[in-house]
Amino acid sequence: MPYRFLEHTADVKFRATGENLNEMFISAAEALNETIRGDIKILEQKEKTFEIKEKDVENLLYNFLEEFLFLLDAENFLVSKIKSIEIKDNELKCIVTGDSAENYKFTNDVKAITYSNMFVREENGKFKCQVVLDV
Amino acid sequence: MEVRKISDVMWEVEKTGKMNVPVTIFASENLLEKIKQDDTINQAINMASLPGVLKNIVVCPDAHQGYGACIGGVSAFDTKTGVISPGEIGYDINCSVRLLKTNLKAEDIKGKEKEIVHSLFRSIPSGVGRGGKLKLDQKELDEVLINGAQWAIEKGYGNKEDWQHIEENGKLEGADPSAVSQRAKGRGMPQLGSLGAGNHFLDVLIVDEIFDENIAKTFGLEKDQVVIMIHCGSRGLGHQVASDYIKLMDEKYGHPEFDRDLVNAPINSELGQKYLGAMACAANFAFANKQLITHWVREDLKHYFPNLKAEVVYDVCHNIAKFEKFENKEVLIIRKGATRSFGPGRKEIPKDYREVGQPVLIPGSMGTPSYVLCGTKKAEKISWGSTAHGAGRVKSRTQANKDMTLENAKKDMEERGIFVESGGKKGLIEESPSSYKDIDEVIKVSDEAGIGKKVAKLKPILVVIG
Repeated sequence: MPYRFLEHTADVKFRATGENLNEMFISAAEALNETIRGDIKILEQKEKTFEIKEKDVENLLYNFLEEFLFLLDAENFLVSKIKSIEIKDNELKCIVTGDSAENYKFTNDVKAITYSNMFVREENGKFKCQVVLDV
Repeated sequence: MEVRKISDVMWEVEKTGKMNVPVTIFASENLLEKIKQDDTINQAINMASLPGVLKNIVVCPDAHQGYGACIGGVSAFDTKTGVISPGEIGYDINCSVRLLKTNLKAEDIKGKEKEIVHSLFRSIPSGVGRGGKLKLDQKELDEVLINGAQWAIEKGYGNKEDWQHIEENGKLEGADPSAVSQRAKGRGMPQLGSLGAGNHFLDVLIVDEIFDENIAKTFGLEKDQVVIMIHCGSRGLGHQVASDYIKLMDEKYGHPEFDRDLVNAPINSELGQKYLGAMACAANFAFANKQLITHWVREDLKHYFPNLKAEVVYDVCHNIAKFEKFENKEVLIIRKGATRSFGPGRKEIPKDYREVGQPVLIPGSMGTPSYVLCGTKKAEKISWGSTAHGAGRVKSRTQANKDMTLENAKKDMEERGIFVESGGKKGLIEESPSSYKDIDEVIKVSDEAGIGKKVAKLKPILVVIG
């Protein structure tokens, strides 16, 4: 598993890894999506594209993850998979597939991504991050 | 760091190093041990290190680790030299609790529990992906953000007596919709009038025990009466406001070395003022949200009880920043996972309660009792007019999922005689009573410390969670 959940009294904390930065971002998104909807399978009915530009990689990760909350709350869109992701110089372009949220029964309400104990690190050529979600 | 005992229910971390003020912890020895097990005290020390913070940081008996500030933490800032930190208030701005009293008795509900809980679950949009029942345009949303519960009442969702029994009359002044991003409005628009998931709930309870007859009577509570408690917040709109301003303040001012989530701006700065205007909008969204839910609860229950009366006892904020006067000086009070607990005489309290003090509503965990307390003059002196807000988590969600199956969680509720309806299995497991501190002990500390006086104990019978 490229991500794992750690103990946290009130919220959800996870670490995600990847062979490169793109993979690490995908792992982090999977950890978030599992928290949002558990293990239910989401059909790939629609596509969404988004772009983010940030001053550093931590902010890029924060805004990337926040986009999933925005898609769910504002557009009622539940992500199935990340179809493609390109990251270069703290700029990101991502295409996701998914479906209307109302077609599924799920409950976990992630309120926000936080900066609490957040890090993004490169170790021996691999990437690792830690994120706490406010739930 | 040393925690010095002041009394059986009061402890102090003295001011050292980077701290500007000491930390006062209200807890029994047992609760203090639990508080010490996570990062709560370090987070309180970080709060004590912010510029312009006054007198002391207060840690409530239900406190636990949060992000930035601990949950159950209260601070006060000098309005000229102090700062405002969105992380200190939290992402769920004005996450809050409302209590309704009814003209029903326990026996009226008996035998109909299953039917009613199911009906309430269907009437109140709760979980994710199922937003509210209203479709608002941009202009209407701005009106909600300015007028809060009063907007909903003008639209026919309730009556004047409702808003007169809400903290801030259900409308926090200073709201500035232009300070709320389109992204936040986009998240909020489909969600007005929905409960949300996680620890948000709607409970039907019975008044099980009265500790102070006189005050209970003033609040309109009596034994065996059916009451309703609603816990929800500002949904995606509030979350996005917090997130937006954390980023904006970080860009402009950077963040404290000790915790990125305590990023802040001077209260008097343009950005500080804009955040306060946006936060008031989120608070008003939450007030309106609960007003709509109240209306639908009334409508739904009228199918079963055509002569139903369900009046608002009170509605208290948990995550909020407000300007309040203490010893004739106006300060900015920040409560995160804490309840205001004003004693008799304060003009902020509804007229019909002013002689006794404000109602303080403290929900237990799912399945355990909730309490109604009364604010005190002593709280205004020693705890910035604040006390606990709930049982307080003690177990992580990951651990709860390891310890309990869905079957066990359901059986536990059945054995307690509680009928639950939930959108999925997660809430049932993660919000089970074993994940929380002992509410009875939290209340006992509040009562003994004199920061919130026990008035009534409420026993849950129906629970709706997202």
